[in-house]
Amino acid sequence: MALEDLYREIILDHYRSPRNRGELQSPPARRVEGYNPLCGDEVVVFLDVDGDKVTDLKIAGQGCSISQSSASMMSAAVKGKTLAEARALIRAFKGMMSIHEHRLDGDPENGEAGEGEIAATEPEVKLGDLEALQGVVKFPVRIKCATLSWNTLQQGLDEAATT
Amino acid sequence: MALDTAMVKKDFPILHQHTGERPLVFLDSAASSQKPQSVLDAMQNYYETTHANVHRGVYAIAERATAMFEEARNKAARFIGAPATREVLFTKNVTEGINLVANAWGRANLRAGDSVLLTEIEHHANLVPWLMLKEQLGIELRYIPVGDDGQLDLSDLDRLLDGVKLVGVTALSNVLGTIPPVRRIADAAHAAGALCLADGAQYSPHMTTDVVELGVDFFGFTAHKMLGPTGIGVMWGREELLESMPPFLGGGEMIRDVRPDGFTPNELPWKFEAGTPPIAEAVGLGAAIDYLEALGMEQVRRHEVELTTYALTTLAERHGDDLTIYGPAEASQRGGVLSFAYKGIHPHDISQVLDQAGVCVRAGHHCAKPLMRRLGVGATARASFYVYNDEADVDALSEALTNTSDFFF
Repeated sequence: MALEDLYREIILDHYRSPRNRGELQSPPARRVEGYNPLCGDEVVVFLDVDGDKVTDLKIAGQGCSISQSSASMMSAAVKGKTLAEARALIRAFKGMMSIHEHRLDGDPENGEAGEGEIAATEPEVKLGDLEALQGVVKFPVRIKCATLSWNTLQQGLDEAATT
Repeated sequence: MALDTAMVKKDFPILHQHTGERPLVFLDSAASSQKPQSVLDAMQNYYETTHANVHRGVYAIAERATAMFEEARNKAARFIGAPATREVLFTKNVTEGINLVANAWGRANLRAGDSVLLTEIEHHANLVPWLMLKEQLGIELRYIPVGDDGQLDLSDLDRLLDGVKLVGVTALSNVLGTIPPVRRIADAAHAAGALCLADGAQYSPHMTTDVVELGVDFFGFTAHKMLGPTGIGVMWGREELLESMPPFLGGGEMIRDVRPDGFTPNELPWKFEAGTPPIAEAVGLGAAIDYLEALGMEQVRRHEVELTTYALTTLAERHGDDLTIYGPAEASQRGGVLSFAYKGIHPHDISQVLDQAGVCVRAGHHCAKPLMRRLGVGATARASFYVYNDEADVDALSEALTNTSDFFF
């Protein structure tokens, strides 16, 4: 497996120059922490929700290039979106990341991460740059790196919905 | 070199595989070592010719299985200088061994407000069982601090020991390679009326172990880090302590008699070995001890110091300030485990790029999160050496690090 499948140029770009890096004052912003107990990576997502919209979002914490670039791309993709759009993005992204698990379940037809499958998971959603992270599914131990910030964001949205 | 690594490598089938053109460079033995053919053969042979449950059947192969199982215990006892074989308890690993002590000795002897003294460089295996007792019994935990030189700071030891019932210390840090002065700590513990437990998971594979000389009361080690199989370890304890402790796990084997209203525990060591034990694994452990003793534990340690010296020197020459190696600077003061940071590249990414060159190193917190926080890092990359590693392996690591830098910058 070629290293370039994992570390696509756009990923390295987000790693070297992370977008929306920093903190928001909390409160009023919602602050959610995520951990990867396997490697010690930590991500902190700061979330400003106004009505139906994610008005601002900042990322803090530390981690590997995959977790950091995934968080950076997520912040760029989610900022300014409605809650429903953000949730659809989360579903689509996690759908893309779970393709490997389908393969482990013994379904070789689902083996290749094609655009069609992503479209099938969440037909309305355009992942854009995020599709660069598709290569991660070929490196199973790194999937948790890529999904860390997304799970943390989801937790933040869930908390926002119940309070 | 103290060991003929070319000959040693031949004994390890897994090291014969290649990544493309390159041989596998395995630098993660601190996590789990590879196994020589003799260990694999001993276990295979046991299953093919002898397997039956131990301490039960009266037929020939059952008696032979029991004899092989107990012979492994004899070897383990000799290997660590245990005064008596019945002091050698087979466990799953060191983690289970420390849980055994925490639960059997701890619950019988610790009350709310009692203290257990640990160190800042412990593996989670020697932290969490005591943290569980903190939650369940209300005991207090204290920690011997580690200095920036990677050595334990014992200047305040007497004050820290005041009121302490047990001291738990690693005999060799799995992150820093630090070799704490266990004898000195154990003596101070005893003077303060406390017991001393040493975690020997990283120590016994590399050093001549003598539990009497170490002066401890409990000592644990595990087979899979010393060329043996997974699933078996040893917790050694002083006989009168083990006699006084209640059993840990209940079930078959650990009893002398069972009535509807009670039970009488078996004698040592079986009192602490509930259920069918890992028999083939014990045979494998015995074969691993044979292999190490044929090399000679002094040679094993000498080889490690030579290779660590070579690594510290050549890595510093090539990478200079780009590379930070944690822990004691002198090879003679440390084990062959090098945790490092390189150019701010995350350990996961280092490990991933190194893997492309067939170089296996560990990345993460090494089950020592309090120490990681103390070092001010989330994770480190770690290269660790064993009997089959040589200078070419260190060179491969060094070369692959340069490639990592080229990739990310």
